[in-house]
Amino acid sequence: MTEAAYRNDFLKEVEAHVEAGHEVKRCMQCGVCAGSCPFGPYWQHSPQKIFMMIRAGKREAVLSSDAMWMCTSCYNCIARCPRKLPITHIMHGLANYAHRLGLAPKGQPTRDFAVMFWQNLARRGRVNELKLTLGHYFKDGIGAGIKQGLAMKAVGLGLYKAKRLNPLEIFGGHKVADLSGFHAIVAKAREIEDRKRGLAS
Amino acid sequence: MAKKNIAFYPGCSSQRKSSAANYLTSARAMCEKLDITMNEIPDWNCCGASVGYAEGGELPRLAITARNFALAEQHLPGQDMVSTCAACWLATRETQERLAASPQLMQETNEALAAANLVYQGQVKVRHMVEVLIEDIGYEALKTPVVKPLQGIKFAGYVGCQTNRPFGIAGESFENPLYLDKLIEIAGGEAVPYDQKVTCCGGALAFSEPDKAQRQIRQIVESAYDPGAAMIVTPCPLCQANGEVYQSEINKKQNTRFNMPVLYYAQLLAVAYGATAAEAGLDGQVIRAARLENIAA
Repeated sequence: MTEAAYRNDFLKEVEAHVEAGHEVKRCMQCGVCAGSCPFGPYWQHSPQKIFMMIRAGKREAVLSSDAMWMCTSCYNCIARCPRKLPITHIMHGLANYAHRLGLAPKGQPTRDFAVMFWQNLARRGRVNELKLTLGHYFKDGIGAGIKQGLAMKAVGLGLYKAKRLNPLEIFGGHKVADLSGFHAIVAKAREIEDRKRGLAS
Repeated sequence: MAKKNIAFYPGCSSQRKSSAANYLTSARAMCEKLDITMNEIPDWNCCGASVGYAEGGELPRLAITARNFALAEQHLPGQDMVSTCAACWLATRETQERLAASPQLMQETNEALAAANLVYQGQVKVRHMVEVLIEDIGYEALKTPVVKPLQGIKFAGYVGCQTNRPFGIAGESFENPLYLDKLIEIAGGEAVPYDQKVTCCGGALAFSEPDKAQRQIRQIVESAYDPGAAMIVTPCPLCQANGEVYQSEINKKQNTRFNMPVLYYAQLLAVAYGATAAEAGLDGQVIRAARLENIAA
């Protein structure tokens, strides 16, 4: 009784395993979300299309779409949806599900950045902005990282001069004091969620 | 004025030498003048922000924010939990509402919190600093401490996304919220008509999709120049950073000559209330706001 049993019915799978997935079937295909998204010119599919594809059982096309990874979390789609679907949350949920199943597009820059962001904050309980930025620059290797770092030198220097970037964060930086407690909470929450959504840990 | 105590949640970007350090500096100066005591939630952690979903999923995200709730309940009982950061406020408010609406999520969250001997009792009231200003203190009373009105300076009030959608400030519309313009006017400045008021700056995708985000940022900055604004004002740390630090990149790539300071409402009010340039965090600007520095002592 895992996802395999649901493969014939992708909508049921989404309802059972995706955050806010039970709301998908309420979409009436009006397209206001598609017209409201700031990254509308770039995606493969609009939320409207994604929701119809889910109902049509297009599992692979949905989960491998880059659409969810174009979400800037601006919440325009939620604010404007006449049926009040939590579209942003559904897109985030689909992104998480596709990523966890390993079906999300490989090397998709926002997927990579988002994963790095969570790992960064989960390590010490607070975001280390310097490591996050450097990690992002160097994700495609040392050469690309140095090139990107040099290209963005002016931005970094400006922030450094304004005391809004600390080079010493490379040696540690901000963190929560009860780190073991924080880690225990994250691990337990993930364990419960994975069990609930039928995901392998 | 009645003294107000808040359980303050600064968030990662407001920490010392982080990207919005000057937001916290100016918020402190502003709150001091308004007799608001900011009690930092002890040992708070990151809210997960918006982009945490990909690896974080739902429950881990709710649980880390609930850890902050539990700490606030335990150490600062009865005080509203107040954020200055848009993403912190959004994540905390979303968590509060989801847990209040779902006994199952509440139970699972507390199961996770128990791993660190914490418990969330559902008592925390989540708010944004702007709500404290306009709902608890009120527009009229916000004028009282003004000693140096920012006369003759035109500002474009850039509200952005997450202080506006999906929750927003009570009584404001999603498409044309007015509170920021009112705060600009209270500080003595002039709020210009600004058609990119609620346009997305690209958020975290300024990192992962720089060209696409910079297209948004170009619109936001260019449209502030059009009605003659000298500076942009925002309530959001990411709007501020994206709007300010990428102007040089856009200039380089697109042959523009942008040089528009991007400030926080707290900096405007702090200066108007008589704070020094340093107290108002003006030394934290990448694009300096010379006219504000001149007004500040």
